[in-house]
Amino acid sequence: MNRIKIPIGPQHPALKEPENFQLVLEGEKIYEAGMRLGYNHRGMEKACEQRTYLQDIYLLERVCGICSHSHSTCFVQAVEELAGLQVPPRGLYIRTLIGELERIHSHLLWLGVAGHEVGFDTLLMYSWRDREIVMDLLCEISGNRVNYAMNTIGGVRRDLTPAQLENISKSIDALEERTKYYIQVATEEATLIARLSKVGFLSNADALKLGAAGPTGRACGVDRDVRRDDPYAAYADMEFKVVVDNHCDVYGRTLVRLGELMETYSIIRQVLKKIPEGPIAVKAPRKIPAGEVFSRYEAPRGEDVHYVQSNGTEKPERVKVRAPTLANLSSVAKMLEDNYLADAPIVIAAIDPCFSCTDRALAIKDARKGALGVMEWGDLRKYGIEWHRRNGIDFSDLNKRFSKFMERCRI
Amino acid sequence: MINSLFSLFVFPGLFFVIFASLAFEYADRKIHARMQNRKGPPWFQPLADMIKLLAKDSLVPEHADRTLFKLMPIVALAAATASIMYIPLWRSSALYAFDGDLIVVFYLLTIPTMSLFLAGWSSTSLYSLIGAVRSLTQLFAYEVPFFIGLLGPCILADTWSLSGVAEYYTKTPAMMLVNVIGFAVSLTALLGKLEKVPFDIPEAETEIVAGPLTEYSGWALALFRLTLDVELFVGASLLAAVFLPFGFGLPAWAAFVVYLIRLLMVVALITLLRTLFARLRLEQMVNFCWKYLAPAALLQLVVNLCVKMFLK
Repeated sequence: MNRIKIPIGPQHPALKEPENFQLVLEGEKIYEAGMRLGYNHRGMEKACEQRTYLQDIYLLERVCGICSHSHSTCFVQAVEELAGLQVPPRGLYIRTLIGELERIHSHLLWLGVAGHEVGFDTLLMYSWRDREIVMDLLCEISGNRVNYAMNTIGGVRRDLTPAQLENISKSIDALEERTKYYIQVATEEATLIARLSKVGFLSNADALKLGAAGPTGRACGVDRDVRRDDPYAAYADMEFKVVVDNHCDVYGRTLVRLGELMETYSIIRQVLKKIPEGPIAVKAPRKIPAGEVFSRYEAPRGEDVHYVQSNGTEKPERVKVRAPTLANLSSVAKMLEDNYLADAPIVIAAIDPCFSCTDRALAIKDARKGALGVMEWGDLRKYGIEWHRRNGIDFSDLNKRFSKFMERCRI
Repeated sequence: MINSLFSLFVFPGLFFVIFASLAFEYADRKIHARMQNRKGPPWFQPLADMIKLLAKDSLVPEHADRTLFKLMPIVALAAATASIMYIPLWRSSALYAFDGDLIVVFYLLTIPTMSLFLAGWSSTSLYSLIGAVRSLTQLFAYEVPFFIGLLGPCILADTWSLSGVAEYYTKTPAMMLVNVIGFAVSLTALLGKLEKVPFDIPEAETEIVAGPLTEYSGWALALFRLTLDVELFVGASLLAAVFLPFGFGLPAWAAFVVYLIRLLMVVALITLLRTLFARLRLEQMVNFCWKYLAPAALLQLVVNLCVKMFLK
């Protein structure tokens, strides 16, 4: 049978972000899968070095639109450790609360996307409708539906009122009811199970070897969760169980995420019950003492890692972000093998990918020769200016042109 | 002469079919939306979509077979619309009825799928190609159960004419109850023909963009979209005529109302099914059709033969 190579992405209905998969098909079966990253490199790490620690929080919060709190908490934790700050318990509890609310909205979002990828749009509509409950809640607490801007170095920026705590408790009850229904749908609906089980198989050994993180790993029996293994924020005070599954396929990943939702509700209830009174933040110095710190955080998609190196000034020397998707990407190629083309979207979606958050690098590739190259920062800048000049945009005389334009406007 | 031209082009011909199809597309979309807890489109949305598409440029891919590419939507729409002439709508006799028109309707209803295949094949895009092959593979899976499922009631009525079938069941309404399995089978197979969830494999948007229609735009896409609507209308009419033959004897206006209600029932059932399920994979769909659907259709045939022998 003839082999054909079909591109999925960088623009494709199944993908919400730019990313390229090349599937070599034998009929409907995937024979080989390759991928390319780097379509949405935003130079965030470099930008962090040019801003103060406080500004970096807001920049890093925008690494991801869904797990924004994860990235900012992960960074803030690193800086607090460098500065030797003790965050007040109430601040830690509020961080935990927002983190768990974020997990709810991320997992419900994933459930909808998974439904859409297998052509079950009703599930998408239902779960995204219910996701609004938690989005409204986050909006009420922080003022924003995404990018909550709750974190600051040394604590959080907004306190919770008793009325808000009451409201959270009520919404959690409603969400738990809905999640139970989704668990029922996922475990009983025949066509859904037919599309999910035995698809995208990744054995326990492969998951360990390829470093699968978060729900992707836990669905393959990798019992790892930073919240339990290396507690941060208020997780040391919480009682919860790490949901692990041995299905090793997309069905298992669905069960893990739904199970985690149920655990999350229990964590939030504990937070609401145990939350102590007191201040929510301590004052942080502008200049952070020299040193380096490695910070871990269990984001909804898996372990998020930030590395911060300080040189004693108010700007970091180096910030390195490793989003959980990067840890899971290498297993995607493995999972795609021997599946049908029809399964490709759900297999890719099953790691809950966030490609744009992952892009930390750009490969410079010669279009004709295919050779990879390295470019210095200065050269890249020069190249950018040259490229724009060739395309008729000259930034060097922008001021001159702007004043000319303004003069013309006056006439 | 004028009379037959009127019935061909205006009522119940082309004009009526197109508008009724758009109306039932609206019903389908609205019911679908309400079941998904959405608001759904306004009543003129299908028509507005059509006008919008007609106003847009229709591009032909560089290496595509231009003639075939442009001809296929017209052929598909013509075939789907033509089949309405042989289906009894609200009177028990169709516009043109003869013994064997059942076969003609089947033939005409297969043409849109074949044109979809040729359209995808001729547009030289990978996604179209895979979609085209999928729609043809799917055709082999649902066509036989669909045919046998509809054959059962005809055997009971001892005629190969749809009008004859309608007349028979008007005379002996109790016999309708025998064909329940056939109705379920045909309805499921019709989902495959209409390429609706769970059988929307040829145009699975998350895998192959829009399947055979990926490269289509403008009027050509509008015609293909219209073809699918007409197919929904014709398919629902066909099932309503064979499996739900009520109200043929009533006065014309009442019969017409009953006809619309019967159609709505079939369309609502199709919508319900497409709301309830996830899209199957091609091999799961073929398996399902041959393992369960075709035997069920054969069972209906056997039941009907037994009933017929018993009646004699």
